[in-house]
Amino acid sequence: MPSSIQESESAKASDASARRGRAASLWRTARRRPTSLLGAGLLAFFAFVAIAAPVLAPAQPRARDAYLIPQDGYSPDPAPPSAKHRFGTTEQQYDLYYGMVWGARTAFKVGLTVVGLSLAAGMLVGGVAGFYGGWVDETLMRGTDIVLAFPDLVLAVVIVSVMGPGLGNVMWSVAAVSWPSYARLLRGDVLAIKERDFVSAARALGASDARILFRHIIPNCIYPLLVVASLSMGSIVITTAALSFLGLGAPVGYADWGQLISLSRNWILGSSGNPFAYWHTILIPGMAIFLFVLGWNLLGDAVRDILDPRQK
Amino acid sequence: MVQFIAKRLLFLPVVMLGVTMLLFAALQFLSPAMRAALYIKDPRQLASLDQVIQKYGLDKPMPVQYGIWLKQLMRGDLGYSETAKMPVADAIKSFFPATFELTCVAFLPILAIGVYFGVLSAVYKDRWLDQLSRFVAITGYSLPSFVLGLLLLMVFYGRLQWFPPGRYSLDVDLLVHSASFRHYTGLLTVDTLLNGQWSAFVDVAKHLVLPAVTLIYIELALLLRITRSSMLEELGKDYIRTAKAKGLPGSVIVRKHALKNALIPVVTLSSLLFVGLLSGVVITETVFDFPGIGRWGIEAAQQLDVPAVLGATLLAAGLFVLANLVSDILYAFVDPRIRIG
Repeated sequence: MPSSIQESESAKASDASARRGRAASLWRTARRRPTSLLGAGLLAFFAFVAIAAPVLAPAQPRARDAYLIPQDGYSPDPAPPSAKHRFGTTEQQYDLYYGMVWGARTAFKVGLTVVGLSLAAGMLVGGVAGFYGGWVDETLMRGTDIVLAFPDLVLAVVIVSVMGPGLGNVMWSVAAVSWPSYARLLRGDVLAIKERDFVSAARALGASDARILFRHIIPNCIYPLLVVASLSMGSIVITTAALSFLGLGAPVGYADWGQLISLSRNWILGSSGNPFAYWHTILIPGMAIFLFVLGWNLLGDAVRDILDPRQK
Repeated sequence: MVQFIAKRLLFLPVVMLGVTMLLFAALQFLSPAMRAALYIKDPRQLASLDQVIQKYGLDKPMPVQYGIWLKQLMRGDLGYSETAKMPVADAIKSFFPATFELTCVAFLPILAIGVYFGVLSAVYKDRWLDQLSRFVAITGYSLPSFVLGLLLLMVFYGRLQWFPPGRYSLDVDLLVHSASFRHYTGLLTVDTLLNGQWSAFVDVAKHLVLPAVTLIYIELALLLRITRSSMLEELGKDYIRTAKAKGLPGSVIVRKHALKNALIPVVTLSSLLFVGLLSGVVITETVFDFPGIGRWGIEAAQQLDVPAVLGATLLAAGLFVLANLVSDILYAFVDPRIRIG
């Protein structure tokens, strides 16, 4: 609550111009920090590739699933880029270009699903805990502490390995380890907001608990949550890619960048006289993941500056 | 202070109990037959699958099974690891030193580089050094460790033949497992020196370089950015202005005044960093074929070696909780304003 006159005046002023200011502030941030433009550009590029995938890399006419990379023979040795295979092939002759293009779709799908799932779970747990307080809060938050007591990747590996490998299970497992930070953050904000007058007003009007929580309280503490979500997007993409790299994610031949990198593990040595003979099998999918994550991280920084001016 | 530590120590088993419950609940995804399969060493035993399920109580209600498992755990019996071909407790004992060694070799440079360049980039804010450290941080943050690891291997192993993967070469393997080699600490860099084997030390050190560099580059970002922002905050405070007004030279202000206060969050973070490293080694060890807890845990997970996965995970969670505790205690020590009662 603003206490001094000065503060309340500035709060009033910022309220009035908040809506108009957001677009302008977006532009100002973008100009002040060209890196955020780079981030947006990278993501726009990947989004374009993901959307245009059927045009950029048309699936085989009789393909069962467009995400399965076509194989050109079964020779174990990767082939370098050629006219037929723009980025070359991996071991077992999977076309790298096709895998990269459709892998962009997989990357967006996986990243957005995991963030969405963990955000929803975190919002539910943190919101309910903060709203009801007492033993509900105690129980839910101690449960959160226990999930937080594991290093992310370790718990995710355990969950995937018992559920069985596969992209779907990877998404569930990473979501299962990512929600606690959202829950903690939201709980703190809910504790502060639920004491505000507009909440009492809503209650006086006869609103139900669920309505107060989801229509009045949570919308008022959503911004910090979105900031954390956009900043955690990068690490989530890395974790899911790591699980695929470890052989716990997408099956061999599925268009997934992490999985394509795992196909390159046996080819770091090259052939005699040409140590970098198989450079494309690592460098191309590796750079794709790097640039994708970099895009989210740069954009996340900018989102933080815009939505959370306290951290400027 | 003592009370606070005692309270947190008492809370430790409670959290660990929760951790075991969560792990156990995760295991219930596996059917009784799948869990029984672990006890079967020979295809001929398959006929007796039902007996195995009965014997180990795998079809009993979950709380009962949990009780049995917990009782085993209390006796220090973590079960038998099929992937390591030895009891889980022995496997942890034999794999942990390698992981610990790698972690230490990476940790000290991270601390030194992170703090030194974090402070410099705060002092020279927006100059080229700051831009460079920002670049290192953001790329380190965005580059998956397995991509960096494979690229390093391609250049420094494939092309230059400088740093091979693994923990040691074949001749050192023979030496380490010979009767005359005494294992003082389990840390091979230390043990080879204590045994007076200089060339073996060089070999072991060479094998540590690439995994350590990978860990350093990936984990450096956090410390670099935290030190920088903490230092910037201190440099903007009134007492720094007073010191400047007194006419103190800039280097004294930075070193004697700002740094001490700026390091408070860094100290508390560094214990968490250590644990972050311990989990970061999971990938790094796998990429570099480095025989530590992480590589063993992943192998166990891939082959559904449940006792091994449980053991490795319990260890990771235990270290994690312990490091959180250390970080809280350190916080109270370095910041006299904090009084925890």
